[in-house]
Amino acid sequence: MVEKLLEGSKRYYMWLLFLVGVIAVCGIVYLTQLFEGLGVTGMSRDVSWGLYISQFTYLVGVAASAVMLVLPAYFHHYKKFKIMIIFGEFMAIAAVIMCCLFIVVDLGQPQRMMNVMLHPTPNSVMFYDMIVLIGYLTINAIVGWVTLEAERHETTPPKWVLYLAYLSIIWAFSIHTVTAFLYAGVPGRHYWLTAIMAARFLASAFCSGPAILLLLVLLVRRLTGFNPGKEAIHTLATIITYAMCLNVFFYILECFTAFYSGIPGHADPLVFLFSGFHGVTSWVTPCMWLAVLCVIGCLAILIPPQTRSGKYMPYALGMLVLASWIDKGLGLLIGGFTPNMFESVTLFVPTIREICVTIGVYAVGALVLSLLWKIALSVKFDVGHSDGDKM
Amino acid sequence: MNKNRRSFLKVAGLSVFALTSGVLSTPAQAMVSPGSYEHAPKGLKAKRWAMVIDTRLFRTASDYQAIIDACHAAHNVPDIRVKSDGHEKQEIKWIWTDSYEHTFPDDMNEHLSHRVLERPFPLLCNHCTNPPCVRVCPTSATYKLPNGVVTMDYHRCIGCRFCMAGCPYGARSFNFVDPRPYLSDPVKNPEYPTRMKGVVEKCTFCVERLAKGLMPACVEASEGRIVFGDLDDPESPVRKALAENYSIRRKPNLGTQPGVYYIV
Repeated sequence: MVEKLLEGSKRYYMWLLFLVGVIAVCGIVYLTQLFEGLGVTGMSRDVSWGLYISQFTYLVGVAASAVMLVLPAYFHHYKKFKIMIIFGEFMAIAAVIMCCLFIVVDLGQPQRMMNVMLHPTPNSVMFYDMIVLIGYLTINAIVGWVTLEAERHETTPPKWVLYLAYLSIIWAFSIHTVTAFLYAGVPGRHYWLTAIMAARFLASAFCSGPAILLLLVLLVRRLTGFNPGKEAIHTLATIITYAMCLNVFFYILECFTAFYSGIPGHADPLVFLFSGFHGVTSWVTPCMWLAVLCVIGCLAILIPPQTRSGKYMPYALGMLVLASWIDKGLGLLIGGFTPNMFESVTLFVPTIREICVTIGVYAVGALVLSLLWKIALSVKFDVGHSDGDKM
Repeated sequence: MNKNRRSFLKVAGLSVFALTSGVLSTPAQAMVSPGSYEHAPKGLKAKRWAMVIDTRLFRTASDYQAIIDACHAAHNVPDIRVKSDGHEKQEIKWIWTDSYEHTFPDDMNEHLSHRVLERPFPLLCNHCTNPPCVRVCPTSATYKLPNGVVTMDYHRCIGCRFCMAGCPYGARSFNFVDPRPYLSDPVKNPEYPTRMKGVVEKCTFCVERLAKGLMPACVEASEGRIVFGDLDDPESPVRKALAENYSIRRKPNLGTQPGVYYIV
């Protein structure tokens, strides 16, 4: 099926060229980081994780979200999703690859990363995170490829793939739970030390991931004419709506415990994020309020069934992705490290080079996604599975 | 084929045979096999090393500076702030001072005596009994010795900084940049290795000095203001200091069981 990569429009090749260019430029920026050290980033002694680890966290959620297509299709035999599953699985592959890259660019000594395997340390959550990420990547690659191959030959996939798909459902929940455990098991970081962290992670993943998928599928529909089908879109939008409502609900639970208990440690990070702490306000505060506005905006469009999958849906999904990204891709890490261990504030501002490296990793993800989706789309068109409304 | 080449091939063939068949491998193996460790004969021994800082005895700024200088000189800790090159927030420190409010944030009371509120407190790694940094380290680069000292292998550390997120005391520093340009040449203590960029470091209770029978550098420089000894020995100076005075520890509610006590 790899040969499908070589047949494409001029626009397709220009897009790939553009991505390769971005990766090359950002790769050079990464080399300067490799030579000079992580001192080129905005991280500090007090805010020792920054943009890289927060993107890693967000993307693990995106990877896990493929399960929102796989679960209804395999457990509930919801046939309308069958046409889209492969895109979810391939997006999960791209997301896991980005996760791994974000870990690598965050390491002070990346050439020693194999130490995690050479000196396995089962008391560290990171050890399990490595196992679940590699496992999830492998499962999705095998399931995705084998089912697509079967579709190309217009046969049913072998039975063992079904069991692997079941495993991927459990595995998807586990990757994001383990990622939450990276944070939720750390004493002394008030914002993270909460039992609901894993549940919140899953809820935010299951709305933001499918939202990104749906936005991309709509883009593909415009570019290629591939139509996932009206009903599939509406069902996915409904899943997104429920997950987002849960996500917001869980966040409000955090706020209740923090402010009603009146325990300063619980409240301080939230106070810092939304209004500044001890008179120190950062650029994160307007972002957090923007996220709140986006939440209200997206739920106002998604909750009424009439507008849920209507013409305003892409805007709602865009707002949802932005809100969840601000919450998890910025607020989670910055709120975790501020106030710091001395209950004072050290501000974190990412540097230009840090942002460049981040964009570079996203470009790698976009490249992987483009290539994988190109294969999937070519197969779908070849066998005539390109219109969900007619299947 | 001339004679030289033939003899070369003979020797080469024999050498390859010898190296692969194991004829010569015994001494070679002996050279790379792991050595065994013995405790230094003069080394100080304890079941659980602990430190008691009598903050009442610190009076002038130079009392604090003496212990900081002694530690940072003994371990070649770079002064990142000295160059004012934008890396100030990425500094390295093993022992430093901060206010009561920042040191004991859970124990804050605005009506505390001025004496306590305005006094700086020396901060360092607490060498916890349940160290979160050891729990989270994915490579065992940070580990706890049987005598309670939490120490590090700088060569195994991958620089993931999970330990820095895990430590509730802010005791750990990461080498965001190459530390060597910030050190004097030659370094103050050539016997202690300098670090490279990309690894984490922290106070080690001077484990290398204990092995030589010496007290930690800060204890030695403190002129009796810091007491160091075996917490499991009722006759040790730390146990006596704790028995005779009211002492507190940093963030005791987290269950880490710090090994550094403060007499206020």
